[in-house]
Amino acid sequence: MARQQPGRLRQAFEVYLSNHGRAALGALGRLVRDWTPSLMTAGVIGIALALPAAFLVLLDNLQSVTGEWGGDARASLFLHKDVKPEAYRELAQQLRGEDGVAAVSIIPPEEAMAEFQRMSGFSDALELLDENPLPPVLVVEIASGRAPAQIEALADRLGGLPQVARARLDRAWVKRLHAMMALIKRGIWVIAGLLALTVAMVVGNTIRLDIENRREEIVITKLIGGTDGFIRRPFLYAGLWYGLSGGLLACILVEAGRWLLVDPSRQLATLYGSGFRLHGLGLDDIMLLLACGAALGWAGSWLAVGRHLAAIEPR
Amino acid sequence: MIHFDGVTKRYPGGHEGLRGVTLKVEQGEMVFVTGHSGAGKSTLLKLIPLLERPTRGQVVVAGINLGRLGKRRIPHLRRRIGMIFQDHRLLHDRSVYDNVALPLVISGVHHREVGRRVRAALDKVNLLDKERAFPVTLSGGEQQRVGIARAVVTRPPLLLADEPTGNLDPGLSEEIMHIFEDFNRVGVTTVIASHDLALIDQLGHRHITLSDGALVGDAIRGARDG
Repeated sequence: MARQQPGRLRQAFEVYLSNHGRAALGALGRLVRDWTPSLMTAGVIGIALALPAAFLVLLDNLQSVTGEWGGDARASLFLHKDVKPEAYRELAQQLRGEDGVAAVSIIPPEEAMAEFQRMSGFSDALELLDENPLPPVLVVEIASGRAPAQIEALADRLGGLPQVARARLDRAWVKRLHAMMALIKRGIWVIAGLLALTVAMVVGNTIRLDIENRREEIVITKLIGGTDGFIRRPFLYAGLWYGLSGGLLACILVEAGRWLLVDPSRQLATLYGSGFRLHGLGLDDIMLLLACGAALGWAGSWLAVGRHLAAIEPR
Repeated sequence: MIHFDGVTKRYPGGHEGLRGVTLKVEQGEMVFVTGHSGAGKSTLLKLIPLLERPTRGQVVVAGINLGRLGKRRIPHLRRRIGMIFQDHRLLHDRSVYDNVALPLVISGVHHREVGRRVRAALDKVNLLDKERAFPVTLSGGEQQRVGIARAVVTRPPLLLADEPTGNLDPGLSEEIMHIFEDFNRVGVTTVIASHDLALIDQLGHRHITLSDGALVGDAIRGARDG
């Protein structure tokens, strides 16, 4: 008995595997044999998956570009008026050593006044002033590749220095850009959700038609003792294959789109003096896309199978 | 093997397929069920593999009370019953071999075993040379023999046939009935619904008559061979 048990288990496992293998290969064979409608279904799924995937890839690229721009953030530190030239030069020197600071330039009050006179056209009026009302300013260039939160924290720290009267970070546009991209990303996920639903429904409908076409076969299988699981299996695998082939098609579409855009985008980047290169799907993205397709296909066929198989009973 | 106890089947609309039928079929028996069309022959056969459930009364098959059998156990009941239909019910997009192999595949028989048993079943109905053919290319009698091979390939203890010779000429009908007798001879309980009274009389087995859903006759006619 003890020696018989593992053998029987192994045999049951073998039967299980061969049942699944047969169902999977059978479903695949059926799709390949009837390849035109299969390809069309896969095409619909592929396009539905490719759209959000392409948008996300594009957004990813956009983020890497604006990451470069984010490095251009700068803070203007308006010092107290009584800070002497030696003091602010020393402060500038000290700030150059700070983490996250790329460069510090000094605008002494005289220089600022001269520029203001030149730019504003109030030169006559300004000459009437007894003393220069402008404070010394330190312009701090923030090192590139910092997240908005990090930049803000640095600006706050600089603003807290005793010599600094007011710190102004020219960060509004960075914040707006990131907010906009977050909005777009959310929008893409909403669209992706809707398209995922579309994929599940397309597969569900295809499987429903398949079930109708094979009604007689299902009835006969039930008559001779096929369990619901046995009858369900080929349809579920068909859904899986639809989803998987759709996912594969989506990868091909996204990569083809990237290939079309790679040259123009490089030209544009060169014009801006950037070494930016359009990147596409990584291996993990491809895996994710295939897994999404397969899962949606399976889910769609599960819906159809659950609803329609129970309705078919032999009489 | 089969035990009906006061079984009534009422269809939606009020038509009664069976009315209070009580009967017993012993293991290894061969029984014909006759009666005019609409007398309840098909209903009687359909209650055994639970294609229908009785409105009243109790059906026991091979010691299993079908009234207490859950939906999930029905496939396992049907695997122990070989069913043969007037319209054969073959899969037309599959070869004879694949049709006969289907019950074995469903039962999870190892694929090395499948080939051997399919050929044994086809050999019994004299169709070994047609295993690659498709059902549409076969004659009515040959298709019915494929149906029989599919019904017996799992070696079920019970065979049910609903008008198996309904579409066949007398010579072929007799041939089919002799195939059933062969299976009965090796111990398979066999229940056949038929209206071919002449042939039934000639064969001579137990013979149940239904009329308007009621049991009106249960007799052994002629001499029983074996």
